[in-house]
Amino acid sequence: MALLYAKTHEWYDKASGKIGISEYAANALVDIVFVDLPEVGTMLAAGDSFATLESVKAVSDIYSPVSGEIVEVNEALRDAPELINEDPEQTWFVAIKAETEATGLMDKAAYEAYCASNPEA
Amino acid sequence: MKKTPFYELLAAHGARMVEFAGYAMPIQFSSIITEHKAVREHIGLFDVSHMAEFIIKGEKALEALEALTTNVMSTLAIGKARYTLMLNDNGGVIDDILVYRLDTQEYMIVANAANYQKDCDHIVAHIATEAEFIDITESTALLALQGKDAIGIMERLFGTEALPKDNYSFTKAIYKGKELLLSRTGYTGEDGFEIFLDTTLAQDIFARLMESSPTLCGLGARDTLRLEAGMPLYGHEMSEDTLASEIGLGWFIKTDAKDFIGKSALLTKEPQYKRIGLKVVGKGIARDGMKVFEGSKEIGYVTSGTYSPTLGYPIAMARVNIDFDKDNVEIEIRGAKIQAEVCKLPFYKRQK
Repeated sequence: MALLYAKTHEWYDKASGKIGISEYAANALVDIVFVDLPEVGTMLAAGDSFATLESVKAVSDIYSPVSGEIVEVNEALRDAPELINEDPEQTWFVAIKAETEATGLMDKAAYEAYCASNPEA
Repeated sequence: MKKTPFYELLAAHGARMVEFAGYAMPIQFSSIITEHKAVREHIGLFDVSHMAEFIIKGEKALEALEALTTNVMSTLAIGKARYTLMLNDNGGVIDDILVYRLDTQEYMIVANAANYQKDCDHIVAHIATEAEFIDITESTALLALQGKDAIGIMERLFGTEALPKDNYSFTKAIYKGKELLLSRTGYTGEDGFEIFLDTTLAQDIFARLMESSPTLCGLGARDTLRLEAGMPLYGHEMSEDTLASEIGLGWFIKTDAKDFIGKSALLTKEPQYKRIGLKVVGKGIARDGMKVFEGSKEIGYVTSGTYSPTLGYPIAMARVNIDFDKDNVEIEIRGAKIQAEVCKLPFYKRQK
């Protein structure tokens, strides 16, 4: 699957509707110890925060790259947030049934160039 | 931004640098949890050269120190260090410091980097004509080797006889013609040493310590370690606006034994708050500044909070109304009230 990336460091898989965070973001956060996930059925607009991640040092919001309804939540993360650090680009948070086309997302090459030029995660 | 003499060495070891008190300091290397556990289980090495060091010496050095500090200094023996607070006239805390007695009429103060300038000003203003004040911060590097393996590493490097035996004691050692101060102190709750050295020895001593492959640790792990050990941090548990009698450090404030700056304020003002430990039971990590409730009543706020790598749950310290006496509170974490239990400090105590 070809993932698309947001400037706020989420990845989005258009085919499955799944959303996660990039390896770059996971490496920046390192010690993720909690994840606060939404409920199935939650409606999101593109840019809405739908989850929070707590690392030892800080809390980070996770934003939806598209508008739509959350149709699935990766419940396993509630008890095993370390999965995010272990394999961030295979570890999804939610699946969304998109109602709009995702805009402003980057492919991997463009995202890597973006990260290289903008170190803030 | 200032750099410590270890900056390049630490950067080469993958340090993630942040600005702290005007210095570029490592916040972490690999991961805070990994570094934290290394100190609890084996050994960690910290660069804490940003800390301030001052010498106070002369015939009136003791007299000056007694006025400046809340703990008794007249009984401090040569070769010992003592924790104390330095107060303003209102009984608020200017800084928390360690005082080392180097010689009969010579003392060293180790102070927080963030308080460097105001400490200098305060000390100089109160000892100007009584004793000599020498700021050695620039020329002094400081490494903290913390964890149960520290003793073995220090013995190999300096010899058993050269080391301080007791907590809060120190020795002087000569290394390549220069004096080092080896102190049995730290800020982690583990056994360990702090090595004060001339900056010109920094590369050499660092290389010798790295032969034992200690885990390099940053300020992130230093914070989680001190929090588990229940140790207050200036700017969090105390400040100029915090009455010294409100932070659970009464043991270090000897109003019965001596006079000192801020004492009259402490004697007239009743403490309104106290410091408590909290274990967060619900999901979420309590952070500095979050409100603490008893039912619907706001009773205070979180002063420090983190996830405890040793205990596996979030812990916090909070400043709450002095008459609060329940076993549970709620902490407002991003709009939600999260349950927390009051627990004894320290959260973690090492097995001796």
